[in-house]
Amino acid sequence: MKYIVKKAGTLIITLLIVSFLSFFAFSIIPGDAARSRLGTEATQEQVEALQKEMGLDKPVLVQYGNWLKNFITGDMGESYSYSMPVSDLLKDKIPITVALTLLSFFLILLISIPLGIFTAQHEGKWLDRALMVLNQVVMSVPGFFLGILITFVFGLVLKWFTPGAYVSISESFSGFLSYLIPPSVAIALPRCAMGVKMLRSSVISQMEKDYVRTALARGNSGHQVMYGHVLKNALLPVLTFWGMTIADIVANSIIIEQVFTIPGMGSLLITSISNRDYPVVLGIIMLIAALVIVINFIVDILYGKIDPRIRVEQ
Amino acid sequence: MKKKEKNYNLILGASIALFMFLFLMIGVFYTPYDPDAMSGSAKFAPPSLSHIFGCDHFGRDIFSRVLKGTGTTFFVASATVILGGGIGIIVGAFTGYFGGWIDEVLMRFNDAVVSFPNILLALVFISILGPGKYNVILALAIVFIPSFARITRSEFLSQKEMDYVKSARLMGVSHLRIMFVHIFPNILPSVLSMAAIGFNNAVLAEAGMSYLGIGVQPPDASLGRMLSETQTYLMNAPWCAIFPGLAVIGLALGFSLLSDGLLKKGGK
Amino acid sequence: MKKFRNLCILLLAVSLTAVLGGCQDGKDGTTESQDNSSSQETEAEPTMGGSIVVGIPQDLEDSLDPHKSVAAGTKEVLFNIYEGLVKPDEEGNYIDAVAESHSISEDGKVYTFKLRPGVKFHDGTEVTVDDVKYSIERCAGINGDGTPLVAAFSNVEKVETPDASTVEIFLKEADTEFLAYLIVAVVPQHCDDLDKTPVGTGPFKYVSRSPQENIVIEKFDEYWDTENQAYLDQVTFKVVGDSNAIVTGLKSGSIDMYPRINSTQAAQLADDQDLEIYEGGMNLIQALYLNNGEKPFDDEKVRQALCYAVNRQEVLDMMADGKGTIIGSSMFPAFEKYYMPELVDKYPQDIQKAKELLAEAGYPDGFDMTITVPNNYQQHIDTAQVLVEQLKQVGINAEIQLIEWDSWLSDVYGERNFQSTVVGIDAAYLSGRALLERFTSDSDKNFINYSNPEYDSLYEQVKKSTDESEQIDLYKQMETLLADDAANVYIQDMAAEVVLRKGYGGYVFYPLYVQDMAKIYKTAE
Repeated sequence: MKYIVKKAGTLIITLLIVSFLSFFAFSIIPGDAARSRLGTEATQEQVEALQKEMGLDKPVLVQYGNWLKNFITGDMGESYSYSMPVSDLLKDKIPITVALTLLSFFLILLISIPLGIFTAQHEGKWLDRALMVLNQVVMSVPGFFLGILITFVFGLVLKWFTPGAYVSISESFSGFLSYLIPPSVAIALPRCAMGVKMLRSSVISQMEKDYVRTALARGNSGHQVMYGHVLKNALLPVLTFWGMTIADIVANSIIIEQVFTIPGMGSLLITSISNRDYPVVLGIIMLIAALVIVINFIVDILYGKIDPRIRVEQ
Repeated sequence: MKKKEKNYNLILGASIALFMFLFLMIGVFYTPYDPDAMSGSAKFAPPSLSHIFGCDHFGRDIFSRVLKGTGTTFFVASATVILGGGIGIIVGAFTGYFGGWIDEVLMRFNDAVVSFPNILLALVFISILGPGKYNVILALAIVFIPSFARITRSEFLSQKEMDYVKSARLMGVSHLRIMFVHIFPNILPSVLSMAAIGFNNAVLAEAGMSYLGIGVQPPDASLGRMLSETQTYLMNAPWCAIFPGLAVIGLALGFSLLSDGLLKKGGK
Repeated sequence: MKKFRNLCILLLAVSLTAVLGGCQDGKDGTTESQDNSSSQETEAEPTMGGSIVVGIPQDLEDSLDPHKSVAAGTKEVLFNIYEGLVKPDEEGNYIDAVAESHSISEDGKVYTFKLRPGVKFHDGTEVTVDDVKYSIERCAGINGDGTPLVAAFSNVEKVETPDASTVEIFLKEADTEFLAYLIVAVVPQHCDDLDKTPVGTGPFKYVSRSPQENIVIEKFDEYWDTENQAYLDQVTFKVVGDSNAIVTGLKSGSIDMYPRINSTQAAQLADDQDLEIYEGGMNLIQALYLNNGEKPFDDEKVRQALCYAVNRQEVLDMMADGKGTIIGSSMFPAFEKYYMPELVDKYPQDIQKAKELLAEAGYPDGFDMTITVPNNYQQHIDTAQVLVEQLKQVGINAEIQLIEWDSWLSDVYGERNFQSTVVGIDAAYLSGRALLERFTSDSDKNFINYSNPEYDSLYEQVKKSTDESEQIDLYKQMETLLADDAANVYIQDMAAEVVLRKGYGGYVFYPLYVQDMAKIYKTAE
């Protein structure tokens, strides 16, 4: 319990630091939200009037204080560009990004666990070698390029899906999910490669442990040993990696959403940064930061469940 | 028991990296054409004897541009690793070795930074600094500091409890000397491996930033920029994207294999 | 491929909105209108009904309130929803819309409109003179906090409604071209949520909007102009931010229409049997804009040297396969009555001459310069890249600096802190003023710091003049001055290519930055 309280405290402090840093970063970025809204035909008076209306004429600390006060009461402010509350804006985007993230994550597990075990069991054989090389190659392709290749090969040449024909959740849930499959493959592949690599070396190092040899010597079958003992221990270090992967997926979805024209949080974030739409940017950053921290937190707890020693050390 | 097998990763990685390095060194001294020179008649010329990789949408020779671009990308990635890695290692070394409240504060700060997606951080820094080759390096370096610091810190944490450190301390060796003369060589393999994987990440990050239009500025050739500029022509003129793509993969692959190999050499 | 180019070049255009490259730009009045214009050639029978998906390159990150929105991309969508007292047609004339007739007083200070009876808003209520009064006053800031929502309306003194079908607008200062601004949307007085839910009188009504995803409009059955009802039942504007995704979307069928495709994208689609490409002008002054207030460009000789150093045809060949129209001053061909084709060849490429001029100006060995370009517009970046190569020939070493659109707006446009920049400027309304006023010495929009007393006095005369042919003559003199002084290195009016899926027809090019969806129809199979 104390552990959880401590973690929650860390979460709050981290969010504070994150919001503070982003707020100040934005105050020194060149570009002015008011001018951005008014465009090239605006007069100086119009710009000043709007700055005042938006509260941009106040000192940064005051602006931050106001923002924080509102944020705590659950009010993330109003988007400059869309004239609607940030929370309404994000409400529609979160399911998209969450679905994309979960789907990618699921794919990563689905592919990397069997492959990781398989390659570990066949360590040094040609198939393992070939897979490992393939693995490294996949890890070396820039994410957006992989996305473009997938669109090209599976979308235009093989016509397995229609590029750009995004279906929103409200229209058809299954259509929505199936449109997300190619982009999640693009996100998942490089991370699968990393996952396979981690799991493989983790399994291999477990196999060299004394307990495995003892178990094998006692006549247990390879299968029993693998699934009864090795895997559980081998998964431990990989768990942390998976936790980090989620943050990584969210980051990558920023780019992949552009490639596949998915109207998720990533595209919103990019445009909001270039429009100087700070309320939206801050909202998204806080959300992502909170997500990452919470996931790390869950991983920590899982870790503690699997291996009670961890908790003692804390 | 582990059989003594050859460290294929190290050999392969080193050879690819070496090959790419030689390739880009050619570009420093010689390119068959001026990489920026445009020619209307050579627009989208397919690969041929005179232009072995073909020409792009401005009729620029892709082979020359890949030569130059590999150089730019290599420069960006190495500078990023040296700068970000250098600072990260120093920060990690001090916090790991001395601990205390500075360690606590810096690590909290580190956590905050790490919870931002990398690309987002770089985006924010570029918005502040403005785009351009040197600002990309600076932005990526800042983004890379925390991960270097974190790994170095944990290495120092475990090394400082070792007997050789304790005895050196008893003999009156100064802290700085212990850190950099005694401990550092012991963690060198993991530092090198970290640097190699950092290099790989920097190459990919540069490509991603170019895709978002905030990377190296045109007409400068960088592999990421070439890839993102030519993505639209994939159907009609695939050579525009394929060769820079191969070069990116070559660079990234070489260094990630190298990283693996180094890790293995350092005993896992 | 049907070539619409000739047709378009004939269009009289008129004003423009400044836009830089398709990005947003701002201006005041939003224009709205629907058009009834005549048609263009069509090859197959139009049918009623059906729907279409139109790709747009950026989201409407903007207010949907027609008096507050500034992005050209927003206005082109709102064009289908709102109308003003008058509206532009495809030839650049003003035709009456919500008004049935209009007259302008001799002194240019009073504009009188008769309301068209029976015009309905999308919510079913009828348009009254009070709605019109409210709309104009809203733009002018009367009754509000005094800041005009639309800058040009600061000239409005008062609006009066002598009877239930007449509106009189009184101006503070005489302005014979004020009609151009009255394309501004008429909005209902009783709606206070226009930011989010537009209600207008146009041929389409607003249905929904999902940020970063799409905006949907559907046919308004009670549209007043029964002869020009929309054909399509529904139009979806879909946001497609990535240039590669545009091509794949068109090829795969997820987008049916895409306005203003660039030439490289067009080349990718040229052999697709399902698509047709129409060509027109973008009505945009693309130039290397030079900061006349700073060294070395404060010297006319240096600016002229740059003009001589540049080969415009090569720029077109390189970046757009030769498509586009070379221009010689701040006026594009669609604006026919003001356009001066004779200025095009004022500065043919002449390296020797450029070098001489540079030497006279004290730069025999050239100099270093920076070209700042907004990073979201590939065509400007491409042009800048070609220019860099060409300037090398005269010893000028130019370097491109890409910046975000927002930084461009505040640093280059707002602070005028730049050496040179490549962007496109278009006109916000249908008058020569839209392009030429900005270069008067004390204009807020004169970001290049051009200053020529003769130019300023010509503009003063334009404002006083009430005779159109005299105004045109004065505008032409202003254009000539800009060219003589080499205020900027003028390059081109870029080609606009519109992709439409086979089975649809009716695309009409306008001299303004709008998409008229009411004209688009599905052809009978």
